[in-house]
Amino acid sequence: MTEIKNEQTKDLTPSRGLIGRAKAVDRIWTVVFYLVALFFLLLLFAFAGYVIIKGFAGATPEMFRFDRNGIGNYFFNTIYLVFLSLLISVPIGVMGGIYMAEYAKDNAFTKFLRIAIETLSSLPSIVVGLFGYLIFLVATHSQPSLLAGSICVAILSLPLMTTTTEDALRSLPPSYKLGSLGMGATLRQTIQSVLIPACVPRIITGVILAAGRGFGEAAALLYTSGSDTNIKWNPHAWINPSLNPFNPLRRGGTLSLKTWSSFTASVGAEDVANLSAAILMILVLSFSLLAHYLEGRIRKKMGDTK
Amino acid sequence: MSENSKFTARNLNLYYGDFHALKNINFEIEANKITALIGPSGCGKSTFLKTLNRMNDFVEGCKIEGDVLLDGKDIYKTDMSAIELRQRVGMVFQQPNPFPKSIYENVAYGPRIRGIKKKSELDEIVETSLREVGIWDEFKDRLHKSALGLSGGQQQRLCIARTVAVHPEVVLMDEPTSALDPISTMKIEDLAVEMKKKYTIVIVTHNMQQANRISDTTAFFLLGELIETGATKDLFLNPKNKKTEEYITGRFG
Repeated sequence: MTEIKNEQTKDLTPSRGLIGRAKAVDRIWTVVFYLVALFFLLLLFAFAGYVIIKGFAGATPEMFRFDRNGIGNYFFNTIYLVFLSLLISVPIGVMGGIYMAEYAKDNAFTKFLRIAIETLSSLPSIVVGLFGYLIFLVATHSQPSLLAGSICVAILSLPLMTTTTEDALRSLPPSYKLGSLGMGATLRQTIQSVLIPACVPRIITGVILAAGRGFGEAAALLYTSGSDTNIKWNPHAWINPSLNPFNPLRRGGTLSLKTWSSFTASVGAEDVANLSAAILMILVLSFSLLAHYLEGRIRKKMGDTK
Repeated sequence: MSENSKFTARNLNLYYGDFHALKNINFEIEANKITALIGPSGCGKSTFLKTLNRMNDFVEGCKIEGDVLLDGKDIYKTDMSAIELRQRVGMVFQQPNPFPKSIYENVAYGPRIRGIKKKSELDEIVETSLREVGIWDEFKDRLHKSALGLSGGQQQRLCIARTVAVHPEVVLMDEPTSALDPISTMKIEDLAVEMKKKYTIVIVTHNMQQANRISDTTAFFLLGELIETGATKDLFLNPKNKKTEEYITGRFG
């Protein structure tokens, strides 16, 4: 009896050499993964640093102005357009996600919907831009506008918002839902008062990604928002609505369009393009940091220690 | 049907798809008593508990035959909706499941979904409910802290407070202490005994000492059948059925 036991222990215990080798391999791979992470970090810093330094190196004070020559108005347009697009994509996307997670039956129609959402998410933005041009401008006989542009950007970020919300709802512990329903809450009350609030941190992550995509979007806006901009900050000028910065129906180029157009259109405007790119980069980074901070605060308030 | 019965199950059969989970159950649950449902895993005791507030509605392929009466009215066949039923028959789960909200918001949740909006009214309900389960003094200074930061035992008592905040008639408890330490378990047991003055309590438990300690009536389930039911003292001292005796003496389980 004891002999067999000993033999088994002997067989199962790896030799010293084997353990040593496993440890060495483990260490090597740990280093490899750290190096990969470091590489990404360096890449990001090098890239961001290059764009930002180069952008500010050629900048003149006039370029920062909120007038025809400066890029200030493009900066405003970028934020305003992304804001408008989120106003459209977040409610629709969240509702779509709620439908997919809580109401959709497991049938052919749902399967079809899922394929449609996946297809939409891989649609090239230039196609969406062209679609927007034909539907919102040509078909309605309208001029390029921030609204048309923001709808196109919203279309691009809708699948992301939908899947983020759906995944967030599905990853919640089932006990939240059962607890609420068990108290006599309706499914709608449960979703509105328990499930969605619990999903807010993850939905915010979706909003960050959607906004990030919106900030940098150029192709979808090429035909829809107009690449130039002419607005006045003096309220007396707003008699002409196309000069009112807050009028969503006016033309309005964004920083990414400005980067593109000043690089291609006029000679000697590279400095403006570089500065636009730098400002855009800073905008995306600071928005991302702000949103993460907000997400952390909400998580903390909910008592989530993740 | 006796005068004092809260729930009456008559010829109750329940199927999960092809699986016959409850077999011809006839059972009365008395008001203002603690009824313990015992039996080995998979015997149908939790399933039976869930038929009492229609939580089985959420299980796909679940089919129910027979009658379940609450105060003489069939909860599956009358116009009483499941929503209305669950407002009268609350439930405490095996794993404490406070919502990821503050202690206050957890207790105020039920009253809020019933349309109570006034702050003073909600404040009062929160205080009385927490007092009722004996955790007001413990919690009163951190009402607006997240409920997820509480210990398991505190969370479970908070969940009971959340349930009683809407003044149900019946409180169903599905192994409420199986995830808790002995001291928390004792507190919940004491609480259950205190609560039967106001509520009818039905508790599923794996712990026979627990059933023995706190319940007035015990029902023993085995393989979907209700084998024996009776006053707890009688059932544990003089089980009539051989299977009951074997189970409570620990010969299988």
